Amino acid sequence: MTITTVNQPSLAPPATSVGVVGWMRQNLFSTPLNGGLTLLAAALIYLLVVPFFQWAIWNADWIGSDQSACTSDGACWVFILARMELFIYGFFPTTEYWRVDLVFALLAVLIVPQFFERFPHKGWIGLFTLTGFPVAVYFLLVGGSFGLEPVESGKWGGLMLTLVLAFVGIVAALPIGILLALGRRSDMPVIRTICVCFIELWRGVPLISVLFMASVMLPLFLPEGVNFDKLLRALIGIVLFQSAYMAEVIRGGLQAIPKGQYEAARALGLGYWKSMSLIILPQALKLVIPGIVNTFIALFKDTTLVLIIGLLDILASVQSAIVDPAWGNVSTEGYLFAAFSFWIFCFSMSRYSQALEKKLETGYSR
Amino acid sequence: MPPADHGTQKVAPWNDPKVRSVVFQFIALITLGFFFYTIFQNTLANMERRGITTGLAFLDHKAGFGILMSLIPYDETYTYGRTFFVGLLNTLLVAGLGIALATVIGFVLGVARLSNNWIIAKGAMVYIEVLRNIPLLLQIFFWYFAVLQALPAPRQSISFGGVFTLNNRGLYFPAPITESGFSYVLAALIVAIIGVVWLVRWARRRQEISGQTFPVFRTSLALLVLLPLLVFLAMGSPLSWDHPELQRFSYGGGGRLIPELMALLWALTMYTAAFIAEIVRAGIQSVSHGQTEAARALGLRNGPTLRLVIIPQSMRVIIPPLTSQYLNLTKNSSLATAIGYPDLVSVFMGTTLNQTGQAVEIVGMTMAVYLTISLAISMVMNAYNKKIALTER
Repeated sequence: MTITTVNQPSLAPPATSVGVVGWMRQNLFSTPLNGGLTLLAAALIYLLVVPFFQWAIWNADWIGSDQSACTSDGACWVFILARMELFIYGFFPTTEYWRVDLVFALLAVLIVPQFFERFPHKGWIGLFTLTGFPVAVYFLLVGGSFGLEPVESGKWGGLMLTLVLAFVGIVAALPIGILLALGRRSDMPVIRTICVCFIELWRGVPLISVLFMASVMLPLFLPEGVNFDKLLRALIGIVLFQSAYMAEVIRGGLQAIPKGQYEAARALGLGYWKSMSLIILPQALKLVIPGIVNTFIALFKDTTLVLIIGLLDILASVQSAIVDPAWGNVSTEGYLFAAFSFWIFCFSMSRYSQALEKKLETGYSR
Repeated sequence: MPPADHGTQKVAPWNDPKVRSVVFQFIALITLGFFFYTIFQNTLANMERRGITTGLAFLDHKAGFGILMSLIPYDETYTYGRTFFVGLLNTLLVAGLGIALATVIGFVLGVARLSNNWIIAKGAMVYIEVLRNIPLLLQIFFWYFAVLQALPAPRQSISFGGVFTLNNRGLYFPAPITESGFSYVLAALIVAIIGVVWLVRWARRRQEISGQTFPVFRTSLALLVLLPLLVFLAMGSPLSWDHPELQRFSYGGGGRLIPELMALLWALTMYTAAFIAEIVRAGIQSVSHGQTEAARALGLRNGPTLRLVIIPQSMRVIIPPLTSQYLNLTKNSSLATAIGYPDLVSVFMGTTLNQTGQAVEIVGMTMAVYLTISLAISMVMNAYNKKIALTER
């Protein structure tokens, strides 16, 4: 007689542990405390989010050109749409808007390849973004050559000014930061001391005092007759400040390169500058790209401070538009718009840097 | 190319790394010296041309302007030197309050971010991602101009149970008035604190010697609350409250938080808390899961695991970036100037600078204050780091 054993098919898991119900039991109501917290949070979200959407979307006014179009009790987005040109171009002459548009388009075209894993000549495009592109932007925006009408910097404003400040700040701070970081790790005591003092000085004071210094003290430092315009003074302040932060980020990268790399470069007979520029920096800079993006985000948010010394960046243009008596109380709409514009830029950049970090990370994560 | 051996090979001096290094440093020093000399000369010439006398003598001159809020006695008749201290104290006030609040909210959010309750974790994540990607100045403007300025006038104030009153002039609260005998309560509190310190030491020593534990936390709490309370009652409750009253146009009496301070403090706290939450999350996640498993294997329950194993190890990761957030908050408090809260930058680098024109001295003094704070905190930090650093083989 033979005995055959047949495996019975496994029973299905209990209905309460799979599907939506199972998920909710596990993630929302695992303990009585958790259940209470969930209900509390849900109630809070309901009380906050629903009225907000009603105000911002459902009851909002979208179409029109002036105050009279805002009749409902929702948000008056007409205001934002009507003043959009101010928020983007500042007081740039209307006939010259295409120059700003061209700069935006160029920037977009140059940035897109960086988001792809493999793109032909990605490195060269990146290099051009940091070197050739700022020159092109200078000629396009400042004008006065190639038959372009000159536009004085007092008329710059809005999103365009914010981008110019942040971009120039980062592009100019990068080489200075590299030099400072190398100087801080140098064997020469005098050079090291100078670099340490410079870095710690700017990192220790708030940006606003640097901007104040650039706007009230810089004119005192210059010989008689030499004068910079307000934008350039602000830029000098931002670059000084930013280069100190950049130096610390790059120093982190330099420290992460194993000593063997330095010794190997020496063994090949390379001098200091050659071993740095051919062996060490290419590796170190690649490591610190997420850090550079993070300082860029910080700088991008910090550019709003220039409104305190009287430049019309995107926040300042919103601020000036909401006090316009032709419109009612539109401050919330204005600030939400400005917040949303900043958020889009900063959030996408921080996601980009997080993705890079993940790609570069070799440690164990759990 | 540097030769391998100086003894056998003669190199030209311009190829000797030592000579080169000395020359480089010499050139750097000369350039720097020349740079500062030029700036110094230019500044002197410029100031002379504008008729500004250099030096700190202006600090003794009469200021002649009022300040919205001051922690020390101040009015128009005080000197410019006094405005410096008024501003400095206001900066320290907002920074201190902000640090305390942001730490609490940040830790709660950081733990909430890791909660196994989906809605709590996602809510904390949304908060963090929204708040830290919006410029602080914009947030300050929003709270000040869009929220606090839109509050009702004093006559239509919002009242919270008759204790707190909120309107567009600020938040009014009952101010405590101490009567004679209150100093004994304070003395009792100090005695209680000393007692707690002694208790902690004694309990630790006893545990090291005998292995017996002592409920330190509960005993200390009881000591801290009960001893002052008993003295307070024994002295016949020597404390009364000065309630704010609605007068003709505004509230009088009691204490008042000006809207500028509220907006600044609120925005600084919310913004910094988002960053602290991320630091806390990273710190907790940095303790490997094996540590929790090992603690469980040793038979520790949830509480002791967290208190004795996870938190001490994550603190090592949390503290350094947390300090830099505290520094950031202190520096960011200078944004006060945009809404007119009278902090150091607003009062001293703003009004005083505009009135006296002593740009170099004032900007220098202001920067020196922030630098001192930064360097002091980072020195304390380095000492702490050294103390808690892992002792490796």
